Amino acid sequence: MNHDLASLVAAARDEFAQTTDAATLENCKARYLGKSGVLTEQLKTLGKLPPDERKTAGARINEAKMALEAALDHRRAELANAKMQARLDAEAIDVTLPGRSAGYGGLHPITRTRDRIEALFRSLGFEVADGPEIEDDFHNFTALNTPANHPARSMQDTFYVDNHLVLRTHTSPIQVRWMENHSPPIKIIAPGRTFRVDSDATHSPMFHQVEGLWIDRAVSFADLKQVFTEFLRLFFERDDIRVRFRPSFFPFTEPSAEIDMAFGSDRWLELAGAGQVHPNVLRAVHLDPEQWQGFAFGMGIERLAMLRYGVTDLRLFYENDLRFLRQFS
Amino acid sequence: MRFSEHWLRTLVDPPLDSTALCDCLTMAGLEVEETTSAAPPFSGIVVARILDIEPHPNADKLCVCKVDAGQEKPLQIVCGAPNAAAGLVVPCALEGAVLPGGFPIKRTTMRGVESQGMLCSSRELGISEDHGGLMSLPTDLKPGTDIRAALHLDDTFITLKLTPNRADCLSLIGIAREVAALTGAPLRLPPRAQISTDSKAATAIRLEAPDGCPRFAARIIENVNPSAPTPLWMQQRLLSTGIRPISALVDITNYVMMEMGQPMHAYDCRQIDGDIVVRFARPGEKLLLLNEQTVKLTPDLLMVCDEKKPLGLAGIMGGEHTGIAADTTNVFLEAAHFSPPVIQGKMRRLGFASDAGHRFERGVDFELPPRAVERAAELILAICGIPGKTAAGPLIDECKTLPARPPVRVRTARVSRILGWTFEADAVAAVFQKLGFAFTRDGDNFTVTPPSYRFDLTLEEDFIEEVARIHGYDNIPSPMVAHGQHMLALPETQLPIAALKQRLADQGWQEILTFSFVASEMEQLLNGEENGISPVRVHNPIAAQLDVMRTSLLPGLLETLRSNLNRKEPYLRLFEVGRIFLSATADTAVQPYRLGGLAYGDAVPEQWGVSSSTRRPVDFFDVKGTLETLVSPRSLTTAPVANADDLLPALHPRRVAYVQLDGVAIGWVGELHPRLVQHLEIPQAPVVFELDWEALREQALPQAKPISRQPMVRRDLAVIVDADVPAQTLINTLENIRPPHIESLQLFDIYQGTNLPAGKKSVAILMVMRDTERTLTDRDIDATLKIFCAALESDHGACLRS
Repeated sequence: MNHDLASLVAAARDEFAQTTDAATLENCKARYLGKSGVLTEQLKTLGKLPPDERKTAGARINEAKMALEAALDHRRAELANAKMQARLDAEAIDVTLPGRSAGYGGLHPITRTRDRIEALFRSLGFEVADGPEIEDDFHNFTALNTPANHPARSMQDTFYVDNHLVLRTHTSPIQVRWMENHSPPIKIIAPGRTFRVDSDATHSPMFHQVEGLWIDRAVSFADLKQVFTEFLRLFFERDDIRVRFRPSFFPFTEPSAEIDMAFGSDRWLELAGAGQVHPNVLRAVHLDPEQWQGFAFGMGIERLAMLRYGVTDLRLFYENDLRFLRQFS
Repeated sequence: MRFSEHWLRTLVDPPLDSTALCDCLTMAGLEVEETTSAAPPFSGIVVARILDIEPHPNADKLCVCKVDAGQEKPLQIVCGAPNAAAGLVVPCALEGAVLPGGFPIKRTTMRGVESQGMLCSSRELGISEDHGGLMSLPTDLKPGTDIRAALHLDDTFITLKLTPNRADCLSLIGIAREVAALTGAPLRLPPRAQISTDSKAATAIRLEAPDGCPRFAARIIENVNPSAPTPLWMQQRLLSTGIRPISALVDITNYVMMEMGQPMHAYDCRQIDGDIVVRFARPGEKLLLLNEQTVKLTPDLLMVCDEKKPLGLAGIMGGEHTGIAADTTNVFLEAAHFSPPVIQGKMRRLGFASDAGHRFERGVDFELPPRAVERAAELILAICGIPGKTAAGPLIDECKTLPARPPVRVRTARVSRILGWTFEADAVAAVFQKLGFAFTRDGDNFTVTPPSYRFDLTLEEDFIEEVARIHGYDNIPSPMVAHGQHMLALPETQLPIAALKQRLADQGWQEILTFSFVASEMEQLLNGEENGISPVRVHNPIAAQLDVMRTSLLPGLLETLRSNLNRKEPYLRLFEVGRIFLSATADTAVQPYRLGGLAYGDAVPEQWGVSSSTRRPVDFFDVKGTLETLVSPRSLTTAPVANADDLLPALHPRRVAYVQLDGVAIGWVGELHPRLVQHLEIPQAPVVFELDWEALREQALPQAKPISRQPMVRRDLAVIVDADVPAQTLINTLENIRPPHIESLQLFDIYQGTNLPAGKKSVAILMVMRDTERTLTDRDIDATLKIFCAALESDHGACLRS
């Protein structure tokens, strides 16, 4: 490349660099490489040169042309990048803004607790059973070895909707209904609403219980202790749980136990009533107590939820204050 | 059942401190509910005797006492009590004493006379409410003795929460018997009284209802001192059980009940005409009871009567006019056995309770009546007796067939099987021995006779519980369970409840739980007055505004909306799953599960990007969309309601629909009626729905079909119809004649307005077509469109929009 060509290329590079958009750049290109561009004109003069010079001159012009095209491509890329960058900049968003939302919902803490109880017992082969909430006197009391005028009936204050229909005072009638329609082995839990005439900071006229029942050939009191203790440890996911079983009385279990639990060295809390199903209950559903035996338990779901989630007032569960409920979403 | 630990320890004194004793009781099934101190903390108070008393020189109501408080010299104490008298033994707070509440006693001068301490009433010591005067102490107490020691005030009152099966522990001796069995400590019962018969006074007893009253023991004691004071120790013991001392004769019968467990009654002999007759009430009889309540007697009430009139409600409460009066000198003592079935339920029906009834309905030891009469007579002679005058008549013990105590077979093998731990027969025998049960043993099997004081031991299982109880529930090991295991059924066509609820939660809906009982006013407001729906009434509601069972989930949803609006919540999506109660007739109640929901506020929660011009209130279609997602892939449709009042007058009659799942109605969705919105003072109409929960849970098992490789063709079909033609009916028409190559039909636009005649609307439907075998040609497509247009024209008068 001679001096002229070199300065030509340098001039073109400068000119390319001055351009700010693709159209101007292409116009520029035309001035050098177009049909009547400077370089094209030079190529046209080649024919007039003697053959021995033509070759070297041709090579020099070609070299300059390639240099020009490279500069052109470079500038094209630069302009394209700049354009893209400008677009990207224009499209910038504030990524810190909140996401668009249809709101968030959640399950009630009692449902959450109940689901957890169900899942743990299902993993041990307990089926989930259900029963009516307006219950007849027979299933709520009589079939549970609690005849009319039995003093045990005054342990629970019952809502009546009819002479023989009550709002069930416990989930135990579900035991009876299930045993009426299923043969052993029976292994169920039955969560649900229960009702008693009682209302203060620690009692709600409507609350939830979960009933457990396991009937087989030799399901024993020791099994009750094992199953319930394991349940509590897994439910609370704590190893420092102490559980004690102490003698108590329910007309539908014998032996009967009250189950207390304590975290570490905290005080004992009553959690459940339990025991071996009373032979009269088995006979009432035509099961031979010499052949079949097992345990039943009933516990309050609210109590478990309160302990698990640190709820201190039972009434919060039924006030349905969204600020409370959202904490369990 | 509350009692004094000190009293218990006079009967049985195991080497356990108070806490350990309470633990022992609790873990044996006699739950200790509470322990309290017999007296509050105080110090420096001693027994003192008033030696001499003079009026205060400068005050009318005060006097100056010389008091022997066990010190070298008598003390001079100014006192204002009306009963202050020489010879009285009283509590005296010495200089430096601290009274309950931290009140210090100093030497003072009262109206010019020095007082070196203070004489106290029992209220000032915090042991009773009595503030009538100085507390009068037994005269045999030694002056100077610390009052806490003299009166056992460092005692603990223990409250047991007894279960109804353990009526045998409703007495001090009963509890002591249990403690002896649990700890092995010896039982020290008061020796059985020997009463000499000094009079022939007696009354014949006729047991005319021997099933209800098989035993009646009695004794007449004549010429007692009616004004003898009850000794302090007895008053203290009665107070420890929560019984107020009244008069010596009454106190003694109460004391015997608390000590032995046998309720007693004392009559004034002057009020008894002839023989005692225990019989059921006769029609028309009435009785004024001790609690001043007049009871109309019914023939199922057992009565203690004389030959002319009822004297008392047997085993429950005596009559007002026949009991002990202030001037009673001849006493007729009654201790009877009334069988539990004849007492049970009667108090609840009459609306009051008594200590006697509480015991008899649970069962009282039928061997006790003569012993209780002896014990009471012994105490009456000792406390109210006048030497040389008071005379006891013969003990009468009229006895028919007592409750049977059939022996029960107890097999050691069954004990082990029920408890899940191998017990040795010797260990079982040891438990029966500790409990004092009579038994015979045949190898590993036993025949046990329940004692007369236990009414809860009739089956082998009852004795198994006794074995477990005395052995200790906590001492039964609980190994890993080894029983037959079965997998649970997992019906795939039933969506789990939790999964269905979660679908709603995931769409932004919050689950709530509301009471099943609601206000009848609200029910009536929602159902309308002439709807014929009468909710199930709760006979004994917890509150007047919770008097009926809900017939829909709406009351709870609306109440929750209102309470949260009060807390300024602008946006709510609420749902509840629960039973509603449609009827409760004699044997059955209709109480299906429903899913109810309520949407209130904007279509989306307040957020950036939604300006005041683009925000809009939530509407019917937002909620319908939620429900469509909830049930997908099943197809949910909504159908117009011909007569909205038939469904629910609470809803806007032109914005309400039946919800159908695969063509079957499963509930409704709609806007709340503007009238109710106004009445309930809700700023904006909520959209509510209620669906049958069980129907929602059904799911089809997916069945895979071949996927076509042919190209898809999309065509829009826009027709013009009358504005009141429901859009769904157009879709239904097309669905009915749908050729197999129609893959889907979807409504995508509704237009009404300019360019269209008045009363007309344009409905645009997107059709997706595809054949499984071949590529569809224009001819196929045009033919389909033609059929569709013809059908829409003939069914709905539709014409193609050009």
